[in-house]
Amino acid sequence: MMSGWKSHPLVQLFLARFREFIRTPEAVFWGYGFPLVMVTALGLAFRSEPVQPAIVMIEDGPGADAAATALSDSALFRVLRGSADDCRRQLRSGKVEVVLVTARMESESGVEFRCDETRPGSLAARDRVNDALQRAAGRLDPLSVKTEKITEPGSRYIDFLVPGLIGMGLMGGGVWGVGYAIVDMRIRQVLKRFLGTPMKKHHFVAAMMASRMVFMFPEIITILLISRFMFDVSSHGGYLPVMVIVVLGAFQFASIGLAIASRARTLEAVGGLMNLTMVPMWIGSGIFFSSERFPDAVQPLIRLLPLTPVITSLRQVMQEGAGMAAIAPNLALMALWSGVCFVVALKIFRWD
Amino acid sequence: MPTLAILVTIFVDPVFRKICMTYAIECRGLTRTWPGNPPVEAVRGIDLVIEQGICFGVLGPNGAGKTTTIEICEGLQRATSGECRVLGLDWATDAERIRPQIGISLQETRLSEKLTVLETLTLFRSFYPAGAEPAEVIAKVSLQDKQHARIRTLSGGQKQRVAVAAALVGNPRLLFLDEPTTGLDPQSRRDLWKIITDFRQSGGTILLTTHYMDEAERLCDRVAIFDKGRILAIDTPQRLIDGLGARHMVMFTMDSGSASVSGIPDDFGNGLPGVIAVRREGEHRCLSVLQPHLAIPALLQEIAARGLQLTSLTTRQATLEDVFVHFAGHGLNESTEQGGR
Repeated sequence: MMSGWKSHPLVQLFLARFREFIRTPEAVFWGYGFPLVMVTALGLAFRSEPVQPAIVMIEDGPGADAAATALSDSALFRVLRGSADDCRRQLRSGKVEVVLVTARMESESGVEFRCDETRPGSLAARDRVNDALQRAAGRLDPLSVKTEKITEPGSRYIDFLVPGLIGMGLMGGGVWGVGYAIVDMRIRQVLKRFLGTPMKKHHFVAAMMASRMVFMFPEIITILLISRFMFDVSSHGGYLPVMVIVVLGAFQFASIGLAIASRARTLEAVGGLMNLTMVPMWIGSGIFFSSERFPDAVQPLIRLLPLTPVITSLRQVMQEGAGMAAIAPNLALMALWSGVCFVVALKIFRWD
Repeated sequence: MPTLAILVTIFVDPVFRKICMTYAIECRGLTRTWPGNPPVEAVRGIDLVIEQGICFGVLGPNGAGKTTTIEICEGLQRATSGECRVLGLDWATDAERIRPQIGISLQETRLSEKLTVLETLTLFRSFYPAGAEPAEVIAKVSLQDKQHARIRTLSGGQKQRVAVAAALVGNPRLLFLDEPTTGLDPQSRRDLWKIITDFRQSGGTILLTTHYMDEAERLCDRVAIFDKGRILAIDTPQRLIDGLGARHMVMFTMDSGSASVSGIPDDFGNGLPGVIAVRREGEHRCLSVLQPHLAIPALLQEIAARGLQLTSLTTRQATLEDVFVHFAGHGLNESTEQGGR
């Protein structure tokens, strides 16, 4: 028998999990490869780019040529022409941001815009076209305007996105990694077989959680490295608080995975429970856009979702440079979730 | 010296006796009912006493309550009522002391396919405070060549040997095997039988369930015949067979020729010399016979007298299967669907 620490059941259970994991290439890919592909793809998609030209469509009619000439000088616009029907169709399908009707321009010196106000680009495009036409018609602006453009690291979309992706990785890895593995072992009757040995239950649970946390590190560190060297995303508050959040977050989601899997007897059941748990967080906790956009009424609920404190505190540290004191309330909430789920899971855990 | 003898008699002997008298398993009035409508009574009152150092077989069809009973003894299920002591200890109070002393192989555990044989046994060994070297146990089940092979690559028989090795790795005094050879090829079954016999010869106690008669007859010192959650009979295989009163079974089929077979009574052959019992299964008729040399000529005569023709006739030794049919009134392969798992 191997002597010492290596023969300890905790170490052996951990090693068994670790070997199972690294010997399952698809698990390694979905655990590590997928988040990386996602960061890279999203990072490239949301790079800070020069302002895109607004797409304007001018309805055929008197004055249309003049308006087209007035707008065609500027790189700010891409001008299309078409009949009234064409214009409506293109606007409806979202291919143009604003339609300009010049029919009344000659007689009453006026223009008409058509746009969909609920689409984010439309109003801005209308205002830009309006400005250009007014200036071409001779308007003089009484105030001189200067805009300082800020694209410094820390305030770009990618800076906002990386903490969200880390949170998402922690959640998916913890809930899936622990939940799926446990239900699989229950189906294979391995849990029942373990119950028939003198194995300590807390050793088993601790090994499951520990292995999850260890698998988590390479994933998170790679995301951070890619963000740092490809997109120049760094943590303004340093990496120690980031690691504290990651460890606590990993523990929290492993606990949640444990609780979800504590009674399920089929993969279908546990899959459903996982989706039920994770979908509200995917939507509500602000991975891709700020959760403050949701109505005030649901804000207290959103703040209580386990993923919210992870992402919020990561953003506080990485974007705003906050220290441990500032994120303490969020850490406390994560600790609370971890503790509650862990205790509940152990209480209701089914071994057969 | 006499003083020493007296001291031994006074102090050591009672202790010694107590140790010797401890049963491996002692169950009284065990029942297990699954709630439902109607409730399923998987086990309905089992009394079972198993001495140490024997191989005890629980024999019965699927759904007879074998697995439920063995799992109650293993501490994996709770009895609805009744008590169960293992190695003199009570599951309710001494579970921590029982577990290190027993080894279990469940009916359908699928060990992790990704781990090697050695890794799996090292893992199981780590759960036990004392036990054998994993390599030693691997040798016991003759898997030295496969110790670094992943479980996925093993055959069904080899996987089953790993499962038994995992049960042996804590050096148990009592080994539970739930249908250890079901679904295995003949060679693998013989391999496992050897492992079981070796363990028994080294002084261990075995409780195994099976629905193979030959397995029970060959391996078990004592057998309990289960049906519908109850024990029909407990004894040594030989005494159970002897209890039938007949050592031989004579099976035959007849052709009616001109007369009608359906007119022949079910108990045709009863009352012939040397015949103890008669049973009919469709076309096949089976006589339990004490003296074949008297019964067979008489049978042939009787058939000829009725104008019938014999189309087949075979004889064999009586087996536990016949014992089961005798007690249960139905064949062993007819599942009784008691809902036990």
